[in-house]
This record gives sequence, structure tokens and C-alpha cells, in this order.
Amino acid sequence: MSLSIGILLIVLIFSFLIVMTKERRKGDFALIAVLINSGLSTWIAIQVLQGMPFEERFYSGSVFGEIAIRADALSAWFILLMNFTMITGILYGRQYLKAYENRPAEISMHYTSYVVNHFAMIGIFCVQNMLAFLCIWEIMALSSFLMIIFEREKMEVLRSGINYLIQAHISIMFLTLGVIWVNSHTGSFDFRVITDYTSRVHPALSLVLFIFFFIGFAIKAGFFPFHTWLPYAHPAAPAHVSGVMSGVIIKLGIFGILKILLLIRVNYVVMGYIILIISVISGVYGVMLAIIQHNVKKLLAYHSIENIGIIGMGIGLGCLGLGLDNPYLSFAGFAGALLHTLNHSLFKSLLFYVAGTVYQATHTLDIEKLGGLIKKMPRTAGLFLMAALAICGLPPLNGFISEFLIYSGLFNGIVANPLSSTIVLVSALFSLVIIGGMALLCFTKAFGIIFLGKERHPYPAISEAGFPSLLPKYMAASLILTIGLLPQLFIRLLTPVVMLFTSGKALIAIPAGSLLATIRTIGLSAIAFIIICAVVYIIKRKVTATKKIAVSATWSCGYPAVGPHLQYTANSFVRSFRKLVRPLLMMNKSEGVIEEVFPGSSHSETHPYDRFEAMFIDKPLKFVKRFIGKFEFLQNGSEQFYILYGVAFIIIVITIPILINVVVYLMNLFKQV
Amino acid sequence: MGVLNFILIVAASLFFTGIVIRTKSIFSGRHGPGIFQPMKDIWKLFRKGAVYSDTTSYIFQVAPSIYFASVLIAIAIIPFGSQPGLISFRGDFVFFAYILAVGKFFSIISALDTGSSFEGMGASREALYSLLAEPAFFILMGSFALLTGNTSFQEIFGSLHFGSYISYAVGVLAAFVITLIALIENSRMPIDDPKTHLELTMVHEVMILDNSGFDLGLILQASNLKFAMYGALISNFFLTPGSELYFSIPIFIAVQILFAIVIGFIESFMARFRMNHNPQYIFTLTSVSLLIFLGVLLMLGKIV
Repeated sequence: MSLSIGILLIVLIFSFLIVMTKERRKGDFALIAVLINSGLSTWIAIQVLQGMPFEERFYSGSVFGEIAIRADALSAWFILLMNFTMITGILYGRQYLKAYENRPAEISMHYTSYVVNHFAMIGIFCVQNMLAFLCIWEIMALSSFLMIIFEREKMEVLRSGINYLIQAHISIMFLTLGVIWVNSHTGSFDFRVITDYTSRVHPALSLVLFIFFFIGFAIKAGFFPFHTWLPYAHPAAPAHVSGVMSGVIIKLGIFGILKILLLIRVNYVVMGYIILIISVISGVYGVMLAIIQHNVKKLLAYHSIENIGIIGMGIGLGCLGLGLDNPYLSFAGFAGALLHTLNHSLFKSLLFYVAGTVYQATHTLDIEKLGGLIKKMPRTAGLFLMAALAICGLPPLNGFISEFLIYSGLFNGIVANPLSSTIVLVSALFSLVIIGGMALLCFTKAFGIIFLGKERHPYPAISEAGFPSLLPKYMAASLILTIGLLPQLFIRLLTPVVMLFTSGKALIAIPAGSLLATIRTIGLSAIAFIIICAVVYIIKRKVTATKKIAVSATWSCGYPAVGPHLQYTANSFVRSFRKLVRPLLMMNKSEGVIEEVFPGSSHSETHPYDRFEAMFIDKPLKFVKRFIGKFEFLQNGSEQFYILYGVAFIIIVITIPILINVVVYLMNLFKQV
Repeated sequence: MGVLNFILIVAASLFFTGIVIRTKSIFSGRHGPGIFQPMKDIWKLFRKGAVYSDTTSYIFQVAPSIYFASVLIAIAIIPFGSQPGLISFRGDFVFFAYILAVGKFFSIISALDTGSSFEGMGASREALYSLLAEPAFFILMGSFALLTGNTSFQEIFGSLHFGSYISYAVGVLAAFVITLIALIENSRMPIDDPKTHLELTMVHEVMILDNSGFDLGLILQASNLKFAMYGALISNFFLTPGSELYFSIPIFIAVQILFAIVIGFIESFMARFRMNHNPQYIFTLTSVSLLIFLGVLLMLGKIV
């Protein structure tokens, strides 16, 4: 029995079991299903990475043709990173959902869609038949939609879920257009025909085909013009689903883009520029909007857009390297992008899990109402700190390694490439630096305001999260630390994947070797940094052991902090930055009017909003609504009219062909005269 | 041999701030304290006990150590003429900038840890100014990488040589940019006035108000080390590759002393800028870096 059928059977059996068992046991069955499927697919992936190919074929009739299931190195890398985050996701999700009781139907639906989603993702990475790919993509979109709308009694959640569903289908529409285009010219549904087709057709047409596929996958990934669903979907979903979505599901878009790059034969330089420019804009715009959010999950969602931008920059640089025949640049670009895919899934899922824990403890996601949590949940705070350091790309953690690879590629590109690309590369360098600085601003704000200082609003009783809730976070954190301290292992692991892209070009053994030596030095320096920190701290403790240590209130130069409301708020922390970039932002303010000479209490609210969304989504939507509203008279609610519509339709459907026949008969009659 | 750079920079940090203060005193007509007075103050602090705020957490305990360690690692990367530092690899200036950012991250959150509005204000300003000053450094190093075709500190400074007029102009501009970056990072004039403890003017000083004892000593010494580090960067421009040690070390010390005097000079004769205008001022450093980039393109003959 083939492995793919085996995985499908496991999904079906365990879905049945999940529906049938008691509410308390459903999570366990979902966990076992995910573990078995992860085990099987990881086994396939490891075999592929060691050089043994995996292929299965199914013959399914005239519509699909032959469905080949093949895993190459790219699929293997994505399967590995997806499995890790899905496992931590289900481990955390079981704890998170324990807080919701007496909803057996919704919990069954949730766990079943989780297992089905896992299966769909494995399928997306391996299926090589375009039509089957689209079907599995649709399954993935629907199952993730079902996962998002877990708390469906809230209107907000339902609306965000439907927004996600609609945009997912726009993405599928673009993909379908591309697939139909290729199929109508070549007659086959296998992915490999894209290569043949684009080799013999005019390059401009191939570029348009690439744009179709790119837009389809970019909507899924969350690149700049297509990002508007992300900041709604991530806060609406429960925390483990947000972590899994941000960590893995949007990487499906990245996988798609990489797969298309492997298949399409277009001028790599042009593709590289397009991807690079869109990624730079995504990165800068994403982090700029993230800074001004005060909902934790929305902040993290905008950071996902920024990190997708960084991954895209790596891909764009890799394409440029391929096009300009620069092996170092292509290796560094693709390696940086692939490693950042793994890194982002780790630290973003960790951030979302901690946000979920904070939400379940304090019942609010508003940063301005939090504070001082580190005293009550020190381990959770430490995990958030680690993930914050990683997402800012700071050594000694993993974010630095992938950003370093991209910087390395950028500098090499500036040095070795002709002048035409230098301007673009210097702008990309500038943007990457700004992105790093803004991420630091944002996460010092997030960590400082949520966990440090004093509590800004009274809390219910809070205690540290239990071990089952901390376990998946520790797993992610240990992998983050390992990649940061021993990065050469992971670079070696993804060398076969990068070789897929550069195999058509010159030898890349040389840049791989020197890059590996550099990465090893970085790992050693990171270890040295941690050792020196520890040494300095131990010296400090030894020296001050005999001195008098006192505890007192915050001195703050003689301005005592009389209450928690005098602390810096998140809004004030980012105020100078916000004033600087005001033209690009849109803040909706509502204030109570102050009227009398001695006014009573008043209020002022600011909500950050996305100017791009207001211009390009809300305005056209308003226009469409107005246009369709003109036809509102058709839906006037009285049954007589609806019966009239039905009767009219039947009459038209019957009489029009008769009328056409009569007209044709008359025309023939007149011709004979 | 990388240890030599490390020792030299640490030695320079011992008298750097003393010379700055002495210069400022002489320019204001006083005699001023001794050159080693700041070191005596730090030594006194190392032997004192401490007072911790009850609002703070373990972050406040570890942050000064991490800040100090990050500056130590950054110093290990700086080369000395053609001698590489203890840590040297292609692209190491990226590691240099980011390890300094780790220190900044921890000092910012340790300021937020105290729960005081004063220190939160300093943290917010520090985060914004370091964000705006970063691109200048990277574009500067990118220009030099383009000029010399190498991407590590040691290789860049090793193969830098000044021939044409444009290269001298580029060298002067680069020294200017690094000086201003040093001033911004250490929050000196004209960004901030370290002597006044007023809300209007404080960036770095205000973040360390609640640190005391050994921690405060670590932070002050880290600040001295950062000054010496930037001085070492500037001195690398003047150390021609391949010259003997008995030439290089006196040149190094002379450049450090000159750098300290220049900083004292700037602080004595310039008033602090309005706090609102600081972001624009810092950001214009990036345009100077872009000028340097343009100069490099001219030097390489890529644009005529």
C-alpha cells in the first residue's frame, strides 16, 4: 500500500474517531493523528534530502490524467518545518482549547479541520498534477477557514473569517487562470509542462504567466498589495491557529513561488527585480504598521507581513544572482530565504502561543491594559523575550543568521554586480536596515509594555502557565537557540534545496564552502557572547555578594512613580516615530467634545488603520455596493414578486429556444424566396 | 595578535572620557578634574552596594551585564590596521552593528522595567535614534565594500589607500559620519546634553537613573569603551597597512586623544538641538553616507 494512501486513511480514521469520542479525548486523538502523519512525512523528507527520491503515481481517469506524487528537496525542507510547527501547534492547542467547555460540535470540527489541514499541506508539497494541486489547495483553504472561525459567536471573528475565505478564493482564481492557460496550450496537467511551454513561447507571455501565479501565491503569503486579510484573520483565530497560520500556512505561498521559479523559464533578472521591489515594500510597510498597533495579535500579524517581505527579498536576490551569473549571490539569497522561512515559523509561532497564554490569563489583548506580567509569569515572559530577540534578528539567535545571509548576498551583489543593479541593491540594503531598526522599536515596546513595569489595569488572579502549556514553547525556543548557536548544521541541511535552484548554472561548491566557514564563525561568536555575558554576571554577583543590597521604590531622579497610570504607554513610546511617518499612516480618532468651562470626564480613542486598505479595498467595495444597491428593488421581500420571477424564468427558458427556432425557420423561408 | 587591538582599545577607554571632560573644562576657563577621574569614579562604584527598585524584575539584574558583554564582543571585531580583530570574517560589520543592537535592546527594556515615565521616555527616544542612525553606518560600510571589493572590516581597512582627491574627500566624510554616529550612540551633544538631568534633554542618561553600584559602573565603563571603539575605527583610516608596530601604536593613541579633544570641542561650542529636530538631524547622516557612496562610484569610474 502506498504511503500517500496510508496518510489519507489515517486522516479519515482519526477524523471519525475525533467526532465519535468524548469532548475530553478529542484533543488526544488529533495529537496522535498529527504525530503519525508527521512521522511518515518526515521519514519521506529525510530520505529525499539524503538523495533517495520518492515517487508514486495514481491513474485517475480522463479528467485529471495521471497524478504523480513526488517529493523533491524543496518539498522535503517545507515538510520538515511544517511538521515541527504543526506538532507544537497541536500540543499548545490542546491546552488552549481546554478553556472552552461544552462545545463538542465546535471542538470536533476544529480538531478534524486541523488534521485535514495537515494532510492537505503535505499534499500541496508533494502533488505534481496541477488540477489535483488546485483541489488540495482548496481543501487547505476551507479547512483553515474552519479553524479560524472557532469562536463563531463573535461577529468580528466571523467577518474576518469570511474576509479570509474570499481572499483565499481570489488567490485560487489566479492560480486556476494560470493552470488553465498552460493546460489549454499543452494539454497536460503535470507541472513539468510549464517548463516546456515557457521555453518555446515569447518571454513576455511567460512573464505574464509568472505574474498570474505570483499574484495567486502572493495573496496566500501576504505580500504588500494583497496583505489585507492577514491583520484580520490572525487576531480572530485562536492562538494556536494564529501561530500555525503565521508559521506554516502563509509559507505555502512562499513554497508556491519557489516552485514556480523552478519551473518557469523567464529572464531571472526581471523576476528578481519584481520580487525584490514587492518584498521591500511589504517589509517596510508591514513593520511600520505593526509599530502603531495596540492589539498584540494584530501587531504580530503585521510582523508576519514584514518577515514575508524579508523572505521575498532573499528570493529576489537569489533570482538576481541566477540572472547575473553570480553564484555567491544566488546561494546566499536562496539560503537566507529558506532559513528565514524556518526561523520565522519558529519564533512567530512562539510569539503567538505566548500571546494566547497572556490572553487566557488576563482576558485582554490590548497592550495598553497590560503590564507587570513578568512578576506573575516569569517563564512565559522569558520565552517572549527570546522570541522578540529572534524576530529582531539579533545575535545569538536564529533570526540573525538568516538576515546575515541576506546581508551577505546584498553586499556581495553591490561589490560584484554591474552598476544597473547597484542602485536597487543599495535601496534594498537601506530598507533591510530600517526594517531591523523598526522591529527593535516595535518589540521593545511590545515586551516592555506587556510584561514590565506595573499593571495598568486590575487583573484577575494570574499564575504561571503549567508545564503542558509551556512544553511546545520550550520546544520552539530550544530550536531557535540551536539554530543560532550551531547554524552550520542547518545550512548544510538546506544546501541540497538551494542546489535545486542553482543546478543549471555554475558550480556553487566554492561559495557554499566559504559561506559555511563564515556561518560557523558566527555560531562560535554567538557562543562566546553568551559565555562572556555569563562570566560578567557571575563576576558581578561575586563582587557584590558582601555588599549591602537594598530594595526601594523606583527613584527616577526624584520623580516618584505615584501610580501605574504614570508609566509610559505603548502609544507614547511610539509617538515620535508615528509623527515622523504620519503621511503614510491613517489614524482614526474619535474624541468626546469638551463643552463647558468646567468639563466633566471625556474620552479620546485612536484606532490605527491601514491607508492602503482604505484606498484600494474599502473604496472599490463602497462603489460596488452602491452600484448593486441600485438593484435592491428586486429584493423587496414580498413572495408574490419572487413567484413572478420564478414563473418568468421558466417561461423565458422554455420560449427562447422555440422563438429562435421560429426565427431560423422564417429566415430559411425568406432565403428560398 | 588580535589581542593587541583589544588591549589597546581598553587602554584608550581609560583616559578617553577624562580628556573630553578636561578639554571642556579648559575651554570654559577652569582647570578641571584629572584625566583619570572618571576611572576613579567607576572604581568607586564597583566597590559599592546597590539599591534596586521593587518594580523591576530579573531583566534589570542582567541587562547591564549583557550590555557590557555586547560592547566587549563588538570591540573584539575592530581591526588594527592590517591586523584582524579577535573575530574576523566576511560581513563581520553586520555582526558588529547587530551585537551593539543587542546591548541597546536590553538597556531599553531595563529602562522600561522600572515603570517610571521618565525612563520610558528615554527608552523611546533611544529606540528611535538608533533606528535612524543605523542606515548611515551600513551604507558607509557598503560604500567601502564597493570601493575595496572586500566585505570584512580587516580586509576593507587593509586594502584602503588614499590616492586621488576624491578619496581624501571620501575619507574625511567617512570620519565625519563615524564621529557623529559615536556622538549619537553615546548620547552626547548636539543630540543630548549628558550634564543636565532635565526631561528635555535626556536620552541615555535617563535610562540609567535607577542603576546603582556595580551595574552603574559596568554601564559607564561600557560607554567609555564604545567611545574608544569608535576612535579605533577612525584611527584605522590613518594606519597605513604594513607599517611597524612602533609607528602604529603612537598613531593610534594620537588619534584617540585627538578624537577626544574634538568631542570636547564640539560639546563646548555647540548648543543642543531642539529635541523635535533630532530625528531629522540624525537621518541626514544617511544622506552624507549616500554622498560617500556617490563619491565611491565616482572613484571607481562607474559614473563619470
